[in-house]
This record gives sequence, structure tokens and C-alpha cells, in this order.
Amino acid sequence: MNALFAENLVGPSISWMGISPLLVLLGGVCVLLLLGSIAPRWPKGSYCLFTVVVSLATAVAAMLQWHDVTKNGPKMLIADAVALDHFALLATIAIAISIALVSLITDDYLRREDYDGPEVYALYLTAAIGGVVMASSNDLIVLFLGLETLSLSLYLLAASHRKRAESQEAGLKYFVLGGFSSAFFLYGIALTYGSTGSTNLSKIASALSGDSPFSQIDAMLLVGIGLMLVGLAFKVSAVPFHVWTPDVYEGAPSPVTAFMASAGKIASFAALLRVLVVAFPTRIDDWRPAIWVLAVLTLLAGSILAVVQTNVKRMLAFSSISHAGFLLVGVEAAGHVGDKDALAAVLTYLLLYAVLVIGSFAVVTVVAGKGDSHTTLDDFRGLGKRRPAMALALTVFLLAQAGMPATSGFIAKFGVIKAAAEVQSYSIAIIAMLAAVIAAFLYLRIMVSVWLADSTDDTKLAVPTGAGIAITLAAVFTIVVGVYPGWLLDATRMVSNLATIAVQAVDPATQTPAG
Amino acid sequence: MPEQISFPILTAIVFLPIIGALLVTLLSDRRPEWVKLCAILFSVGTGALSLWVLASFKSSNADFQFVSQHDWIKAWGISWHLGVDGISLFLVVLTGVLFPLVILGIDPHHDQKRYFAWLLLLEAGVMGSFLSLDLVLFFLFFEIVLVPMYFLIGGWGYDNRVYAATKFFLFTMFGSAFMLVGIVATAALARHDVGYLTFDLVTLAEHASFATNTGRWLFFSFAIAFAVKVPLFPFHTWLPDAHTQAPTGGSVILAGVMLKLGTYGFLRFGLYLFPEAAVWARPLFLTLATIGIVYGAIAATMQTDLKRLVAYSSVAHLGFIVLGIFAMTSQAITGSVAQMINHGVSTGALFLLVGMIYERRHTREISQLRGIQKVAPIFAAAFTVVMLSSIGVPGLNGFVGEFLVLIGSFQTARWWTIIATTGVILAALYLLWAYQRVFHGEPDEENSTFAELKLREGMVLMVFIGIIGFTGLYPKPMLERIEPSVDKLIEHVVSHSDFMPPAEIMPPEEIMPPEEMMPPEEMELEK
Repeated sequence: MNALFAENLVGPSISWMGISPLLVLLGGVCVLLLLGSIAPRWPKGSYCLFTVVVSLATAVAAMLQWHDVTKNGPKMLIADAVALDHFALLATIAIAISIALVSLITDDYLRREDYDGPEVYALYLTAAIGGVVMASSNDLIVLFLGLETLSLSLYLLAASHRKRAESQEAGLKYFVLGGFSSAFFLYGIALTYGSTGSTNLSKIASALSGDSPFSQIDAMLLVGIGLMLVGLAFKVSAVPFHVWTPDVYEGAPSPVTAFMASAGKIASFAALLRVLVVAFPTRIDDWRPAIWVLAVLTLLAGSILAVVQTNVKRMLAFSSISHAGFLLVGVEAAGHVGDKDALAAVLTYLLLYAVLVIGSFAVVTVVAGKGDSHTTLDDFRGLGKRRPAMALALTVFLLAQAGMPATSGFIAKFGVIKAAAEVQSYSIAIIAMLAAVIAAFLYLRIMVSVWLADSTDDTKLAVPTGAGIAITLAAVFTIVVGVYPGWLLDATRMVSNLATIAVQAVDPATQTPAG
Repeated sequence: MPEQISFPILTAIVFLPIIGALLVTLLSDRRPEWVKLCAILFSVGTGALSLWVLASFKSSNADFQFVSQHDWIKAWGISWHLGVDGISLFLVVLTGVLFPLVILGIDPHHDQKRYFAWLLLLEAGVMGSFLSLDLVLFFLFFEIVLVPMYFLIGGWGYDNRVYAATKFFLFTMFGSAFMLVGIVATAALARHDVGYLTFDLVTLAEHASFATNTGRWLFFSFAIAFAVKVPLFPFHTWLPDAHTQAPTGGSVILAGVMLKLGTYGFLRFGLYLFPEAAVWARPLFLTLATIGIVYGAIAATMQTDLKRLVAYSSVAHLGFIVLGIFAMTSQAITGSVAQMINHGVSTGALFLLVGMIYERRHTREISQLRGIQKVAPIFAAAFTVVMLSSIGVPGLNGFVGEFLVLIGSFQTARWWTIIATTGVILAALYLLWAYQRVFHGEPDEENSTFAELKLREGMVLMVFIGIIGFTGLYPKPMLERIEPSVDKLIEHVVSHSDFMPPAEIMPPEEIMPPEEMMPPEEMELEK
């Protein structure tokens, strides 16, 4: 009997270095929660500092792995369930940077709202774990694990401000709708498993290519893909699955909204790309039109609905939806045979946009005041006179989101448009640019209020240290990348090389790396 | 090989205003004299550099001079490529001269520091647009120009300024949206012919060849952006509001320099990159230009606001310029380029004068102004000279450009030209009528307090009038620098399409039949 147990249980080999970013994050969560609950209250700002250190350590670990992957090529870890490639590492670095910036904003916010403690930071880190897992998953179940970890953390974060009813409402809405979408996603996984015999993305791809019997089972597979798309579209706020976004973004505490809009999007889009590009490269003619429609709807609805809002957080939420539309243009470009740039373009856009949106919400957090309530357009009036430097930073962020050249936003948009034009997806590129023009009106409205209107409230606006640092770093990054993007573009170019098991198919649609 | 010069003068021309803007922002608000001095220094410095370029420009050389080329975003084939040729030379000089005049002559009512900072940034953007020889670099400057102008109109303009500024921004961005897709598509499609991804204008124009339909679509994607900027009918609706609501300095720059971005774009990118498509689209653009000339003139006649009248006159004048561009003969295009400069000077001066009227009388309504000539004769005299230049009276600069355009276009676009010529008469109509209502007659109580021209205003206007007079009497130095590059452009268009320009105009006995397709034996290309 003993022999049975001892011999049959063989776990997969675990490359601990390969998953070092995850381990760093996990360690951070454990320390934060354990020490946070056992030890007396930490000195002011320590939780924030700790989180920033952990996130920077994660980024460093990811960069070390980056060198390793550049030298030795991408590979799969843990029984091929986790991929270690540039794509996953870039997403990890982007998420880490997001956490660092968001923590800086959260620091004073929590003290201002009287619920300082390690919990929020710990939730950021757990959400990051979920996000990193999603971005590096090579198996649908692992993806689902990551998705749920991220989602549950975000539900809690959205509801974390116990004194604000809007926060509770946001959390509940997110939870209920998110639960539905996760259920859809899971059902999609089940159907995909049923039609291909595996949940491993690479094995699905090989099952669907060539002459295997699974390539004939269409209906179940298509429904499976469709359901998974629904689940992921909910997460990325694609129209018509976006309904949760404005309410949740508005209700949640502003730093949490920043986190959702940055790290949440990075993780979700990374997962979407992985599933579509790695598992279903033979089915691009099926999912590409769906993505096309989603992109067009998202672009148009996002920008048009943004224009009529009066609450700045809702405006930024809808603008976030229109940016998701832009990213979907990149995803659509990835669905063409012969595409080489779409993955890099989408991830670069995500990284640059994350910085922009965190910067914007940082300013919103500062202006919102105690109770997180002063977030209407009128509350921003005359900000140019009250706090010129911060207003200037906000202008930089908004112009960058509009796609003004000499800012990182232009580089981001240009990359996606270029990826689309190279595969001759012209119509969607034009629609995307037109949506950008409509969205520009939104940003102009905010700028009119900030610079060209007189302030209704002349009280001195206190800018906390953490938020000030975050805003400054984000603004400088935006301009520097806008003027010198070369280093970033060279670094992200390798992202297209995904780690998949080399599929023997002669199908040119497969993204096969050299290793 | 483009000649490499050791001092990157063009890069300096673009960066000097940016440095100036930064310095101005950093200076304290409590020392307005320092702020103004700094702004003046940097704009005059840039102007001096542009004049230096003019002086060192070799007029017989049709290629790009003072070229500065460096890799910028290597991964995407985007380079920092600047150069000036006969077509852009005078536009650069115009910009370099106009901005210091605006800074010297006009004081903003408030927030001086920010005003000058935006103005200097605007100068950098406009200079960059005229000098760029890389598609993405051009797009960068073309778009960047929107931000300072938006803030200038929105922050220092008149009652309806926010609406006007927003309309201007969104309208122009709408056109540019198409252009961005066009730019990327051009480079992506040209990859086959060129071998690698590049956005360099000269490389693309010389080596890339597009299928007919593709070329036409690409041309239109660029053309929409330029059509909005010029503005070409029916994309002109942003202009009256933007011009009227802008502060005086903003209007002078807008009319003097920024509108030329569109016409320059047609020449540099429309005709140069897509000659076949440009030739194919000639009838459309000739028609739109002609409609603009007549419509602009009629609309100007009906205006009750003096500034809006001048704004509509800009639509009409730019119609002439576009007519000349798409007539595609040497005289017509040379005339267009010359007219770009002349319009900049004369309409810039007109806006300056209207601004002075507003300063004194706080109204722009023609019905409220009367008999100013009696009270301020020198001011009236200056206005007369500028007005006559705008009408195109011989002896002043407006005539040179208009006449060349009409003569040149008559050969290849006869009926359009005939209709366009009526625009000259209409220009006289609305301007003279406006002048009569505003300046002639007896001044009533409010108008009799109209102050005469001050010394500073007079000095600034003297420069404008000096240029108006000099160019009107002796346009040769300007024309002989413009013509070689224009001829090179036409040669490029002819060799890449089936357009055949008419033979050179013979002296009096022989007038060439104005047909577009000349029989081959009579075709004589100009050198």
C-alpha cells in the first residue's frame, strides 16, 4: 500500500527561478498579512513603501528572467502549464510598475479616508499574482485560476471603502456580474476541452491543426470559443459587456479604479491574446470577425458615451473603454496571417496606457478630497490656477490619451495603427482614429474646466507626497517615451515570440518560435 | 547627395523656440519685462536664423538644402529629417519674421508668461512642419500645432472662444486622423518597393510605386487632412469662428502661417508622393477651390463683423492658391507659393489692423464704425495699403501671386480660371465696401475718440507694408528662388503620371491652346 502512494505521485518539475516574480509577490503578500496582523501598526507610509519595494523586486526578478529568455529562448514551465516568454515577462513588468505607482497614490488616500492598513496593499499584490498568472498561463484552468484570483481581489478592493455606499454598490455589482462572466468563461473552457481533448493551449492548437479528428468538431468548439470570448470581453470592458465599468470605476475608491484600469486591463488583454493566438491560430477566420465587431462597438460606444458624462471618473471609465477598443484593434490585427507586430503593439499600448491612466486617476484622487466625492467636472474648475503644476501634468496625461504626438500615447496608438495597416485592416484603423477624435472632445472638456474656467472653490489643495511622486514620474515617463521611444520599442519587439510547443503543422497561421 | 552642413541650422530653428518656451515658463510671473524680453530674444533669434538660411540659399539648386538627417525611432524607420527647398524657404522666413512681429507688437491682456510660452511652442511646431521630410515627423509637428493654438484661442480669445477653439481642434484632428492611417499605410505598402520600412519622404517618393487605386485612396487620406487645414470648401466651417474668436496675435499667426500648412502639404505630400492620384483628382480640387473663391467672397460681402469678413476673405484667397497648385504648371505653382507668402503678409496685417480697431473701439461690428479716416488718417492710410494688397492691385504683392496663378492656370484649367477671376472683382467689392463703411463719412461721437496709430504699432506695420511694397515692385528675388524647386516637382509629377504640362507661354503672337493633353511633339518641359 505504501509503495502505491510513494511511487505513483509524481509532481511536475518546478523551475523556481522561472516563476520568481510570482514568488516575490507571494512572499510580499504573506509578509504583509502576517506581520500586518501580528505586529502593531506600522509607521506612517510603511505599508506603501513595502508594497513599492515588493513590486520593484518583482520587476527586477522579471527583468532577470528576461535576460534568461533572451539568451535561451522561451520555454514552458510546470508541465507546460505556465509559459516563460517575453510576452509574459513584459506583462509582469507592466503590472509591477502599475502596483508601484498605485501604492504611492493609495498611501495618503487610506489615511485621508481613515482605513489605513495592510489589507488594501495585500489585495493589490494578490491581484497582481492573479494577473501575472493570467499573462503567463499556458493552460485554460491555470488561466481561470489567475482570472479568479485577480477578480476576487478586485471585487474586494472595489468594496473596500466601507463608509461609502457607492463603493459597496460597486463591489457588489462587480461581484455579481463578474461571477456570471466567470461562469461563462468556465463553461467555454469545458466545451473547448470537450471538443479538443485538452485544456493546455498548445495541445489545443495541435489538436485543431492537421488531420486530427478534433478539427472537424465545429459547433461545440465555436460555442466554447464564443463563451470564453464573452468571459474575457467582460474583463476587458468590451461593448456590450462593458456595463459594469462606469459604475464600478465611479464607485470604487479612486486608487483602486486606477489599479483596475491599469493592471486589470493588462492581465485581461494578455490572457485574451494568449488564448486566441496560442490555442486558436487555426481558427482565426472564426474569431477575428468577432473581435472586429467588438472593437468597432467598443470604440464607438466608448468615445460617444464618454462625451456626455459629467463625472470625471465616469468620463475616464468610458475613455478606458474606448482605449480597450483600440487594443482590440491590435488583437484583430493579430488575427491575420503574416502579422508580426500586433502582440508587441498591444502590450506596449497597455504599458503606456497604464502609466497614463494611473497618472490621471492620481490627479482625480487628489482633487476628490475627503470622502472621494468631489469628482464632477465642476470640481476641476480652475485647477490651473490652484495647482498649475498638477494641472499641467493632467494636461499631459489627457493629451497623451488623445494621442498627441510627442507623448507616449502617440507611440502607443501609432504602434497599433501600424500593426493594423501592415495586415491591411484599414477600415478598423480609420474607425479607431475617428473614435480617438471623438474621445479628444472629452479630454478637451476636462481641459476647458481646468484651465479656462474660474474655480468655485479656492481652498488650498493639498498634494500628498506619494501622489506627487507618482504624478511626476508618470508625466516625465510620458514625455520621455514620446520623444525617445526607441529603447522601449526595441525591448518590446521580442514579445511576439511566444512559448508554444512547436506545432508540426505547415499551417502558416501558427506563431511558432525557434525553440 | 544632399549637402551636409556642419551647423544644424534647421534643427536649431526648430528647437530654439522650444527652449525659449521652456525658459519663459520657468521665469517668474512677477517680472513681466523679463518674460517679454526672453520671448522677444528667442523669436528674433529664430527669425535671424531663418533669414540666414534665406541669405545662404542657393537659388539655382532645386534640391533640398541644409539637410539634417538622423535616425530617431530606428525600429519603425522614422528619422529626424529636415530640409528646405524653394517651396518651403519663404514659408520658413515668413514664420520667422511674423512671430517676432506678433510678440513685439501685441500684448496679451493677462497671463503674459503662458501666452508667450504657447506662442513660442507654436512657432516651433510650424517651423517643424515646414521643414520635415519624414512623414511621421511631419505628422508630429502638424498635430502638435493644434495644442498651443487651442490654448491661445481658448485662453485669450473673445466671447465665444471655447466653442471656437474646440471646433478648431476637433475639426483639424478629424482630418489628421485619416492622414495618420494614410501615412502608416503608405510606408507599409511601400515596403515591397523600398525593401525596408521607412517613412522618409524622399525615399518613398522616388522609389515607391502604388497601384492606381491604392495611390488614390492614400492621396485622399492625406488630402482630407490638408483640405481641412487650408481650408477647402466644404471643410471651411471652423475657420470663421476660429479666426474671429482668436486674440489678435492668434489670428495673425493662424491666417498668416498656419493655413499655409494645408497648401504646403498638398504640394509637398500630395503632389510629390502621389502624382498619379493628384493628377486624377485635379478636377475635384479645382472645382472646390473655385467654389471656395466665389463662396468665400460672397460670404465676406455679407458679413457684419469686420474680423469675420477678413476671415472669409482668407477662404477666398486660399482658393486661389489651391487653384494654382492643381493647375500644375510652373507659373501656377510658383504663383501659388508666392501667394502663400503674400497672403500671409497682407492678411496678417489686416488682422493686426482689425485688432487695433477692436482695442480702441471694443467692437468689430461694421455698423458701429464710421468715419475713422477723419480721426486717424495715418491708420486709414496703412489700412488702405494693406487692403489694396489683399485685393491684388498691381504694384503691391497680392497682384504678383494672383496674376501668376491666373495666367498659369488658364493654360490647363481654363473655365475654372475664368470663374476664379471674378473672385478678384468680388474681393474688391467686399473690401472696398467695408472700407467705405468703416473709414469714410463723418465720425459720430464714439468714433471720434479713435486714437491715431501709436509708434510701436506703426513700426510693426511698417515692416508689413515694406514687404508688401517691395515684393509687389520687385518680386524677382523671391520668384527665382521658388521656381527651380517648383519645376523639379512638376517634372516629378509628369514623369510619374500621364499629365502633360503645356509648353511655355510664347511672347505675344502665340497663345497655346489650353488643353490638358498636348500632342507629344509640342511638349516642351522646362528645365
